[in-house]
Amino acid sequence: MLKKTEIVETDVVIIGAGPVGLFAVFELGLLDLKCHLIDILDRPGGQCAELYPEKPIYDIPAWPEISGQGLTDRLMEQIEPFGPEFHFNRMVSSVEKLEDGTFEVSTDENEKFRAKAIVIAAGGGSFQPKRPPVPGIEEYEGKSVFYSVRRMEEFRDQDILIVGGGDSALDWTLSLQPIAKSLTLLHRRDAFRGAPDSVNKMYKLVEEGKIDLKLGQVSGLNGADGMVESASVKTKEGDMINVACTRILPFFGLTMKLGPIADWGLNLHENLLPVDTEKFETSEPGIFAIGDINTYPGKLKLILSGFHEAALMAHAAKKHIAPDERIVFQYTTSSTSLQKKLGV
Amino acid sequence: MAKITYIAHDGTAFEVEAENGSTVMENAIKNAVPGIEAECGGACACATCHVYVDDAWTGKVGEAEAMEEDMLDFAYDIQPGSRLSCQIKVSDELDGLVVRVPERQA
Repeated sequence: MLKKTEIVETDVVIIGAGPVGLFAVFELGLLDLKCHLIDILDRPGGQCAELYPEKPIYDIPAWPEISGQGLTDRLMEQIEPFGPEFHFNRMVSSVEKLEDGTFEVSTDENEKFRAKAIVIAAGGGSFQPKRPPVPGIEEYEGKSVFYSVRRMEEFRDQDILIVGGGDSALDWTLSLQPIAKSLTLLHRRDAFRGAPDSVNKMYKLVEEGKIDLKLGQVSGLNGADGMVESASVKTKEGDMINVACTRILPFFGLTMKLGPIADWGLNLHENLLPVDTEKFETSEPGIFAIGDINTYPGKLKLILSGFHEAALMAHAAKKHIAPDERIVFQYTTSSTSLQKKLGV
Repeated sequence: MAKITYIAHDGTAFEVEAENGSTVMENAIKNAVPGIEAECGGACACATCHVYVDDAWTGKVGEAEAMEEDMLDFAYDIQPGSRLSCQIKVSDELDGLVVRVPERQA
């Protein structure tokens, strides 16, 4: 854990630890550039780990079939010699260019990094909680509707409505029940995706009359000034009922949003970062974009294209960081100096 | 081959000739049927290709598997005929299939 006041100095900050961000560590590492990676998820792999860890991928060269998790694991092994440092569970909130040409990167956890180049490998953007499709829910967000529990005290002595059927919904049902005034768990069906133990514990609380389990979907919210008073719920049987509540926690999974990248002063095209195909540089010299987040004529959103982009970007980043240093192009197969870096 | 009719939320019908083995989602994307997003590309990992299978067809299309049911939790306005179109494989048996596109994807 970083101390909040400490500024981390590094060569390159990579935003996004998906497959392309991970492979960028390798290519930059061969050129002696040290990387810190920041990702909003709690582990490496990006979409491969979050959306389809078990799904086979068939178009990675030399891997006729590999799972999203398998690919992530192999990349982690491949970049290990370069000692990348990971900062998970945080979102990069701003990137600013300093007078000396370096960049200051800040996260939503108030950490600061100083880097000579930035690589945006953010894929489809950051994974953020999905907003349930309830009309007018925006005006309650952050006041009485929350997508995560940052401080449990917010929920003490409240009438809590938790919506969802996965681990987040179940875990918070179990954790908040003791401090809630009342707690209702609402799910669209009587089957839960969570760990069996949590499911059993939840049913026990229902039996003991400590929580209320309802089956249905939220169709509207009632309240004023951002403070919810009740939720209109369409039950499984099709009846409309009102569930009184002062706090709502919807857990509808994650979706990808571009997020703060849009505010960094970079040129955008349909939520993508246009780059050239020589350096994969954005409209800001020293800020590069690779993988699904970038766009250029002929762009294909393939992992293998991202790997190619990482290699070319690395050479451009090296030139940006050390313009006077001559880069000798070398192969890992034959170069003793590269092999030394790889520890082989 | 099977003919599939997609009815967009505004009522516009799209008739599409679909190859056996392809998915109902793929044919929607290929033919630019509005309202089907398929954010994850067909991995059953989002819920943005949600459709309502016409009552007359729910029996032939069959039931959602457990993983699909789990994903449907994230979809908007679930109804009895709700399915993720990436999980419906086209076959001769589905010739004439009618699906409706919901008001919005999640």
